[in-house]
Amino acid sequence: MSRITLTVNGTPHLVDVEPSVPLLYVLRNDLGLEGPRFGCGLGQCGACTVIIKGEAVRSCTRPVSTAQGTDITTLEGLARDGVLHPLQRAWIDEQVPQCGFCQNGQILTAKALLDRNPHPTDAEIRQGMEGALCRCMTYYRIQAAIKRAAKEMAS
Amino acid sequence: MTSPSRRDFLKTSGFLVVSAGAISLADIAAVQDAGPYADPDFRQLDSWIVIRGDNTATFYVGKTDLGQGTGTAFRQIMSDELDIPYDKTTVVMGRTDITVDQGGSGGSDALQTDGWPMRRVAAEARRVLLEMAATRFGVTSDRLAVSDGVISIRNDPSRRVTYGELIGGKRFNVALTGKDIDATAGIAKVKTVQELRMVGQSPRRFDIPPKVDGSLQWAVGVKLPGMLHARNVKPPVAGAKLLGIDESSVRGIPGFVRVVRKGNYVAVVCEREEQAIRAARQLKVNWQKPPVAPFPTSEDLFDYMRGATPTSTIAPVTSGDIDRALAGAAKVLEAVYDVPFQGHTAIGPAHATADPSNDQMTIYSNDMKSYGLRNGVAQFLQMPRDRVRVIWMDGPQAFGRTAADDAGFEAAFLAKELGRPVRVQWMRQEETAWDTKGPAYTISMRGGLDGDGNLVALNYEARACDHNHLGYNEPDTVLIAQLTGMRRPTPARGGVSTPSDMYVIPNRRMAGHVVGLPVVWETPLRTGNLRDPNGPQVTFASESFIDELAAAAKADPVAFRLKLLTASADDDGGFRRARSIAVIKAAAEKYGWDARPSPRSRRAGNILAGRGIAYAFRNQTVVAEIAEVEVNRATGRVWVKRLVCAHDCGLVVNPEALRHTIECGMLHSLSRALHEEVRFDGEKVTSVDWVSHPTLTHADTPETIDVVLVNGDPNASRPDLPHYGAGETMCKPTIAAVANAIYDATGVRIRRVPFRSDRVLAAIKARSA
Ligand code: FES
Ligand code: FES
Repeated sequence: MSRITLTVNGTPHLVDVEPSVPLLYVLRNDLGLEGPRFGCGLGQCGACTVIIKGEAVRSCTRPVSTAQGTDITTLEGLARDGVLHPLQRAWIDEQVPQCGFCQNGQILTAKALLDRNPHPTDAEIRQGMEGALCRCMTYYRIQAAIKRAAKEMAS
Repeated sequence: MTSPSRRDFLKTSGFLVVSAGAISLADIAAVQDAGPYADPDFRQLDSWIVIRGDNTATFYVGKTDLGQGTGTAFRQIMSDELDIPYDKTTVVMGRTDITVDQGGSGGSDALQTDGWPMRRVAAEARRVLLEMAATRFGVTSDRLAVSDGVISIRNDPSRRVTYGELIGGKRFNVALTGKDIDATAGIAKVKTVQELRMVGQSPRRFDIPPKVDGSLQWAVGVKLPGMLHARNVKPPVAGAKLLGIDESSVRGIPGFVRVVRKGNYVAVVCEREEQAIRAARQLKVNWQKPPVAPFPTSEDLFDYMRGATPTSTIAPVTSGDIDRALAGAAKVLEAVYDVPFQGHTAIGPAHATADPSNDQMTIYSNDMKSYGLRNGVAQFLQMPRDRVRVIWMDGPQAFGRTAADDAGFEAAFLAKELGRPVRVQWMRQEETAWDTKGPAYTISMRGGLDGDGNLVALNYEARACDHNHLGYNEPDTVLIAQLTGMRRPTPARGGVSTPSDMYVIPNRRMAGHVVGLPVVWETPLRTGNLRDPNGPQVTFASESFIDELAAAAKADPVAFRLKLLTASADDDGGFRRARSIAVIKAAAEKYGWDARPSPRSRRAGNILAGRGIAYAFRNQTVVAEIAEVEVNRATGRVWVKRLVCAHDCGLVVNPEALRHTIECGMLHSLSRALHEEVRFDGEKVTSVDWVSHPTLTHADTPETIDVVLVNGDPNASRPDLPHYGAGETMCKPTIAAVANAIYDATGVRIRRVPFRSDRVLAAIKARSA
């Protein structure tokens, strides 16, 4: 075990874990965060997504030691001062989730997409979101919500 | 008598947060008690409804909400009958110790069946409150009016009292009647459709904000003091026998606690989750392969099924004389349709946490049938039922997979063994390979047209690979029961289904056989209920073939179907014929259907467009769907550009939530149409993750989805219009609609699911060769 400092949603935490442990388990089991979830552990579905340096990162395949010294944002950290992020509001307005299990990955992948491309075309949304899987098949509403949020963020 | 836990809950219920629609884990913890956990008495009004002093109400329903808005709908129908504002209500669902056993979810019966007792008990609560107010005011209750939880005297509205003032914090102590829970009733009548106010509106689903802001507490996130983490070690091939375990291979892993073995069941238990994962990978186990190959390869599956001796056969449904009619037909068509095993493959694998404190067992689970899990675990562990309870919490939607909730049994078994709370979760490879499968089908169709292109004979003969179909949470068929040697001696019979349409065909025969694989126990190819368990397979064949017949008759596919439906005026009690006609017409109108025979005349260019229709019913819910496709003739890729669904499920409680459910349900079947197939070599499943078992993605999503909610009842505004189920019917016609659209676009008929690019490309090439 070794001591590792993680800054999550602006708060520093000290954890004592094996450096090779995937970040996901530390976020969930040591820091009690419910946003990132285990879907595959293989980097294939996106359920475990967090944001590091503006990128949507799959925490299930990312050793915790490599996240030291970075700012990690999880779904819980998206709201600012109790105000939901425009994407979260759009998700509610479009009534996107069914079970909701994948939506952490959908919302954070969309955030990274809009941060690097604030006005994506339909094709860019499809492509940018491609690896975020939803078995309830809420894709149609997700795409509508991204467009709605992009519009709101532009205004 | 209601249980002590119930009384405690009433005592503490004043602390419950009412702004949210659901009860959080913190609230659950506040009502933890030592048990035993008797069944809530469904014949007591207090088991269903609690009203507090602040004029808020909590409804207790024995159902689970898998993300399709049923919890919101229950609040709507119950607040409507009770006459209390929707936003002053909450709902508690699926907790075996404090909600009556309405079976959890399944069979799309949430509103169709279970909605009725909910409506009746809420109406009864309203009646009782009116009587209490009448006594208080010294008037007869017919002189009282009620609105938004406030009762007043009709011609003296200043004299008023709230529900909360009348009953807040107290018990109703009103007995109900009913031979079973579905029949639960009081004296009061339910409202007519015209009197309902919340029903038909679309309040936003209360479960969505916590799913979006990260605050929802999931079954997968339960953490208990002293909790251990477990992982299973599955047999490497179906039917393998465990010879020995080398425990020294994992003893050095930090946090290692124990290897648990019983029969062929193996699990490792560690202090931390990642330790358990590592131990499960590292554990050296010596397995012996079974003496016979457990199954054919997936490439050989359909030949195997066609050659196998059926394990059972259903009595054919016949009308007229099919053989004579086929012999005398001007044109006879034959076709065979194949649908492979398809998995449930939830986005998150199976999981549960069990707590063995106080010689009892509390299981935190997303099992859609929490009551069945409770009963099954009690039998499996030989514990009294009232020492076991299941606390249902949200989880990944699994379309029927959790009805046989292996992880719940495993967690309870391990918790009992270890004497500490245990959390178990399956790995992705384990889940995709070993979850329950929808049965594979091979279906032969024969049809005869007369000289005028009328369908005069139709023969349907299906074979379903479904022997030993898994039951609901049975303690002797769940996987751990099989592996630990506690399984029942005889396999379940399994089932095979026939088409669900209202076509009038003078000579018709529908027959079906169940076949089985050589090994039906301890195998990853075990069948279970996958969202409308047989409908998509059966409808793919039957509605594709109707299209083939229409094409052979050079008839428009919509007109051909309407002719078959309108050939008789006979209808059933639910007017399924009239409503079938209505949905087909509504879908065609919404789409802007261009009446002409398929296929479309050939065009230049690589992208070929086409449209196809299919229709089906499930019980009394009827749907027609139209798919518009673009097929790339150079790559074989199929993109469904547009989907239209006309849907009639009777009285609609929440139209927006229903539209959402229909959209997603069609896409689920679209995923099955385009991508999903369980592959296997002769001894193990080789579809183990999202690469080897692809699913629909963002790129596949249609550009437009239109849902038309139809009320095709001949007396559309009748005051007793029933609410039918809506969770599965939309899954039935999608695969056929897509196949029919591909044919319309290309002239190529694909009779094998899924329509992967390579298969479509090969078919296009074969046709042009
Ligand atoms: S859980 Fe990390 S990508 Fe699937
Ligand atoms: S909402 Fe259930 S998996 Fe996406």
